[in-house]
Amino acid sequence: MHATTSRRARRTIAAVTGSAVLALLATACTGTNSGGGNDDSASGKDVTITFWHGWSQDSETKAINDNIAAFEKAHPNIHVKAVGNIADDKTNQALRAGGDDAPDVVSSFTTNNVGTFCSSNVFADLNPLLKKDGIDAAKTFPAAMLNYTQFKGNQCSLPLLGDVFGLYYNKKAFAAAGITAPPKTFSEFADAAAKLTIADGDGFKQLGFMPNYHGYESTTEHFLGQFGPSYFGSDGKSSIATDPKVAEMLTWQKGLVDKLGGFDKLEKYRASFGDEFSAKNPFHTGQVAMAIDGEWRTASLATDKPDFEWATAPFPVPDAEVSTYGRGYQTGTIIGIAKNSKKQAAAWELVKYLTTNTDAVVSFANAIHNVPSTFEALNSPKLDADANFKTFLDIAKNPNSGTTPASVNGGAYIVSLQNLGYDYESGKQTDLAAGLAATAKEIDAAVNQAK
Amino acid sequence: MAIAFGSRKASAGLPVPAALRSKRRRAAARTLAFLSPWLIGFGFFFVYPLVSTLYFSVTHYDGFTTPTFTGLKNWSYVFNDYPFFWQGLRNTLWLVVVMVSLRVVFGLGIGMLITKVKTGAGLFRTFFYLPYLAPPVAATMAFAFLLNPGTGPVNQLLGDLGLPAPGWFTDPSWSKPALTMLAMWGIGDLMVIFMAALLDVPKEQYEAAELDGAGPFQRFRYVTFPNISPIVMFAVVTGVIQTMQYYTQAIVAGKVASGVIGGSGQQFEPGYPQGSTWTLPQMVYNLGFQRFDYGSACVIALILFAISMAFTSILLRRKSGFMANED
Repeated sequence: MHATTSRRARRTIAAVTGSAVLALLATACTGTNSGGGNDDSASGKDVTITFWHGWSQDSETKAINDNIAAFEKAHPNIHVKAVGNIADDKTNQALRAGGDDAPDVVSSFTTNNVGTFCSSNVFADLNPLLKKDGIDAAKTFPAAMLNYTQFKGNQCSLPLLGDVFGLYYNKKAFAAAGITAPPKTFSEFADAAAKLTIADGDGFKQLGFMPNYHGYESTTEHFLGQFGPSYFGSDGKSSIATDPKVAEMLTWQKGLVDKLGGFDKLEKYRASFGDEFSAKNPFHTGQVAMAIDGEWRTASLATDKPDFEWATAPFPVPDAEVSTYGRGYQTGTIIGIAKNSKKQAAAWELVKYLTTNTDAVVSFANAIHNVPSTFEALNSPKLDADANFKTFLDIAKNPNSGTTPASVNGGAYIVSLQNLGYDYESGKQTDLAAGLAATAKEIDAAVNQAK
Repeated sequence: MAIAFGSRKASAGLPVPAALRSKRRRAAARTLAFLSPWLIGFGFFFVYPLVSTLYFSVTHYDGFTTPTFTGLKNWSYVFNDYPFFWQGLRNTLWLVVVMVSLRVVFGLGIGMLITKVKTGAGLFRTFFYLPYLAPPVAATMAFAFLLNPGTGPVNQLLGDLGLPAPGWFTDPSWSKPALTMLAMWGIGDLMVIFMAALLDVPKEQYEAAELDGAGPFQRFRYVTFPNISPIVMFAVVTGVIQTMQYYTQAIVAGKVASGVIGGSGQQFEPGYPQGSTWTLPQMVYNLGFQRFDYGSACVIALILFAISMAFTSILLRRKSGFMANED
């Protein structure tokens, strides 16, 4: 009896365990495959399409909703249901799962994911649609932006405004520290960061710059934009271990971490920062006097009105490359059409309007202070460009500005490099060459695995 | 899974009359009919996913294109090249051992204390049970706020008392203990179960033990524990299974403490800080839903399944010696 009971109990528990563990997989291992489809929007029939985007701040959602309203006015039979504050993880899942509530049009802030979107066909190829409407992509969009919206010739997305990274600095703090101009080289930058740092016991009253990699936009790829490295060689393999610029960047960052008080002290201070996309951002509150950030910050600062004067400049460059000053990391928002969408004709009308209608692009760029993504819009006289915003337009036009390349597995290679950065800044990894070699191997294995 | 229909060897070798045979067949059909809701559920929610998981673990499958057979490539990738696997496995096992044992000990301790309380027992029970009702995401965010190394009240208090203030969720050597503290705070479920078991222990056994001169420890060792050992076993087995699936708290704590909320060009990496909060279920998510490598995600799910099975069967094998008076 005893043996029977325990065997039965064991079976029951085995069944419960298995079901619970695998319930997750029951959904993971299914997928839909239907794609394409047309609607009757061209013949004037009412169509409602769903548009997912990531904008969440009031000024941003107002701007995109204004744009959508203008589109609906021009296309009275197409109605757009916009859903904001959507992160890529959610988009990815919805696009694969399909269903009635899945989006027809999707925008994403993560250009790193374009490689995945294109190679796995979750987004429809827009080349035939561009051709049908006689739009020459190369003549419409700047080359760098066109590059991060396609993967191996599959134009599965289009640029919808660009993002460019530069330096923000607190003019009041600069004046108090006796600094007259924004730093151009890394040695000037380190001096300024040290001068702007005011200690307060174990912490800081004000920190010159937060170099730690979790310090919001202080990320490996944003810093690497100042060095212009190659991420992959012509053979498709990771070149981070062979391109000396990557080691140079990691060493520079670690030097700055040590100079400003060391990793632990900075981490403790970083923990006191408010949300990045809120008025509690450490640059707004005066907790840091300089920050690397995107052009959208100009709009947030204008809205939040911190109690100091601020200004922008290109982020500094390595001393040996002072001639390239003015460069920066560039990325942007991308927009595409779900391959599964049954309303692709209406979806294309929206995408075409948002990405190529000059008035739409300019007014949206003005409203959320992003860099316009078409030649016509970039040169439009209607573009608001005060001195602080113009900094970013100039960085976008700088031939040395760069981006991160699309990869078949999206941003996995950036995560790998970031993890090495975390280990190196904290002192967990001290042998940089070995760390870079191991990380390159890890990236190659992941790319190979994704093929 | 074999189902006993009652005939088996009892009739081996002897001719069975036709009437009896059809009676048995009817009985078998009736049994099957009664079992069918469970059988359908079992087949659909257990056998089918398990077989699919095994199948996908040897294919390259991104969720869109047709799966292609790749042999053991995914297994080799997970064991040799997926950078987080071994660390995640170690973290998961750490949590299983430390979190489960502490939860059982703490839950039992609180249960015992509360059964002894004479006045205001209801108040104490509510006090310890309430945290269990907090949704895991909210509870984790509250803990991340309380334990914030820079601004959190806990570290301010520790600092005022002149004690060292740990980095908690931002320090790789403190992140798992911080998660364990969170689990202990939500001990309400176990406490209630233990309390019910403790109140069920016959009073006369304590009286007899006391007459024999047993002290408090001996009373617990020879009276309380043998009576509640099936409940302890239940708590351990379900605790192990739950902890093998530990996901929400680890990912929320990592996300909140790292400050990365997915801005332009940012990649959220689970496991913050330095991979110390990676767990196997997060890898299923990372590989399956972030990288769309369902094959490797299925490998991790199978590993998780195998470990859960191993733990449970070891525990249940030890049960006969452990649970003194089960029958």
